[in-house]
Amino acid sequence: MAENKVPVLETKKLGINFGGLKAVSDFNIQIYEGELRGLIGPNGAGKTTVFNMLTGVYEPTEGTVLLNGVPLNGKKTHQFVAAGIARTFQNIRLFGQMSVIENVKVAFTKDVKYNLLDASLRTRKFWKAEREMTDKAMELLSIFGLEDAAELPASSLPYGRQRKLEIARALATDMKVLLLDEPAAGMNPTETAELLDCINTIRNRFGIAILLIEHDMSLVMNVCERIKVIDYGVTIADGLPEEIASNPRVIAAYLGE
Amino acid sequence: MKNNKTARSYLVNTLVIAAAFILFQVLTGLFGSEGDFKLVLVPSLWQCCYLILLAASLNLVLGFLGQLSLGHCGFMAIGAYTAALISLACERAGVFTDKAGLVYILIIFGCIIAAGLLAAVTGLLVGIPALRLKGDYLAIITLGFGMIIVNVINNLPFCGQDGLSQGSAAASLYKTGLGFGSKAKVTYLWIALVVTILCLTLMFMFVRSKYGRAIRAIKDDEIAASASGINVSSYKVLTFTYSAFFAGVAGALYACANSSLSTSSFAFTNAGILNSTFVVVMVVLGGMGSLTGSIVAAVIMFFVNYQIANGSWVAALPPFLNGVFKYPMLVYAVVLVIVIIFRPRGIFGTYEFSLTRLPEDVKKARARRAAAKAERKEAVSHG
Repeated sequence: MAENKVPVLETKKLGINFGGLKAVSDFNIQIYEGELRGLIGPNGAGKTTVFNMLTGVYEPTEGTVLLNGVPLNGKKTHQFVAAGIARTFQNIRLFGQMSVIENVKVAFTKDVKYNLLDASLRTRKFWKAEREMTDKAMELLSIFGLEDAAELPASSLPYGRQRKLEIARALATDMKVLLLDEPAAGMNPTETAELLDCINTIRNRFGIAILLIEHDMSLVMNVCERIKVIDYGVTIADGLPEEIASNPRVIAAYLGE
Repeated sequence: MKNNKTARSYLVNTLVIAAAFILFQVLTGLFGSEGDFKLVLVPSLWQCCYLILLAASLNLVLGFLGQLSLGHCGFMAIGAYTAALISLACERAGVFTDKAGLVYILIIFGCIIAAGLLAAVTGLLVGIPALRLKGDYLAIITLGFGMIIVNVINNLPFCGQDGLSQGSAAASLYKTGLGFGSKAKVTYLWIALVVTILCLTLMFMFVRSKYGRAIRAIKDDEIAASASGINVSSYKVLTFTYSAFFAGVAGALYACANSSLSTSSFAFTNAGILNSTFVVVMVVLGGMGSLTGSIVAAVIMFFVNYQIANGSWVAALPPFLNGVFKYPMLVYAVVLVIVIIFRPRGIFGTYEFSLTRLPEDVKKARARRAAAKAERKEAVSHG
């Protein structure tokens, strides 16, 4: 990565307190376009808290999140998404009662231009927008091999495909940074391998930056270019996968001292 | 090709509605002067129209958006009083003298739209603070707002207790303002039908657009919805406002169908048909998330209510049973409990009736039933 480029996502001294508890402190990260970063740490280290700050769910008590150099302080979740940060959830959160394709279409909502009057009168603009949306959604679904399930309720999909749908929905928000929160959790090795393919495909195809939280070490070590390790909210290591694997502080954090 | 199909289904629907409407008008012309038609059927239809609108509009908030609002009749009250006051003012200003002619019809429609708009504005003002809350808290605060609205109307000098609801003013609504008598109700029945069909169409269009998708997403998972870029609070307020608009229109139809207005008929403590819990019962009965369900449930509940009030079989019941029907709320509660036990998702669930899709749906339902039957048989043979 060229160092003179502006990172897509950057945090400066990000930290948050819950009452007296310092959940995360002094979290600094720079992610460049097309880069895949890993974020690991033992249970309760504060990984998901970092994600929640990066998506506006929690407001950090200190520090800033910058997207392409623009600070996002005080914005709400949907404004973070509009700016270009999308995420998936540790425990899958789909719109279970809606069909697979509708799940993706929901994520297009913020970019759809027609208004209430167009919708009420079913104007040409409405039909055009809806048609484009359907085409775009089907295209996204076909990347993930979900096009045959488009009309099924999302909750009827098997676990692995629900994960994929969640990633597809996040991609539909037209983001610059994708945050994946333990995408391989609860998956068997075959599904994990498929997911790995998926992640590589979207990286090559969309050229986006990805930040990945994961417990599955084989996945992290295989796909991530750089890995950041946090424990008790504090960064304890940051480097290439090989360096991380042999770092004594990381081993101590994972295995206990 | 798909576009052609949509266009065709629109055409079919429009034609069928138009045909049904013309048929109805012809029948009205034939039987218009007959007693039962004039005194029972037409007033019932008027009542059904505003109940349907009321249930369908609440369904937007309760069924599609998934927020429990218990103050829906407050918006209806605003609509009713707005329509009544504007029509009275027009009459007193001499805009119309008799209840006929183009000017009068224009005034009726003007009143209906104004009623909807004022209710929508109130809905916006109530919704912005109230929708910050969720679940039970939202229910309580909307219940409170519903009561506040009714009390405010009650204490306004030009309406409320000394205004439209008592004495000469009550009669004047019938003699002068909107308030149709039984004959005018027959003449202007088409207005109620047209307004109801139009409003239902608008609601369907709302549900089947990005707005409907967004609010159903909010119902399923608010956090995921905002993580998908949906501005949850603004969509909530928008839906609440939109819903209040149609409640206001329903109120205007109510004002047309009655010779007098009284705030007590919109109050939460009202044991009659027009209180906010009754509307909730209708929505739950029909299916939260199905406008078709709301329409059917409104008619069913109207019928139940009508039977309780007027059915001769009620009087023939033994006294201890007869007493139960003195408390209609009790009956609604029982109906609701029965529905929850046997069809927890309401009569229709989230199914929407469609003329062009009907054969397909029937086939699917048959297949499903056959499959269920086969499964049961298998279970029996195994057991």
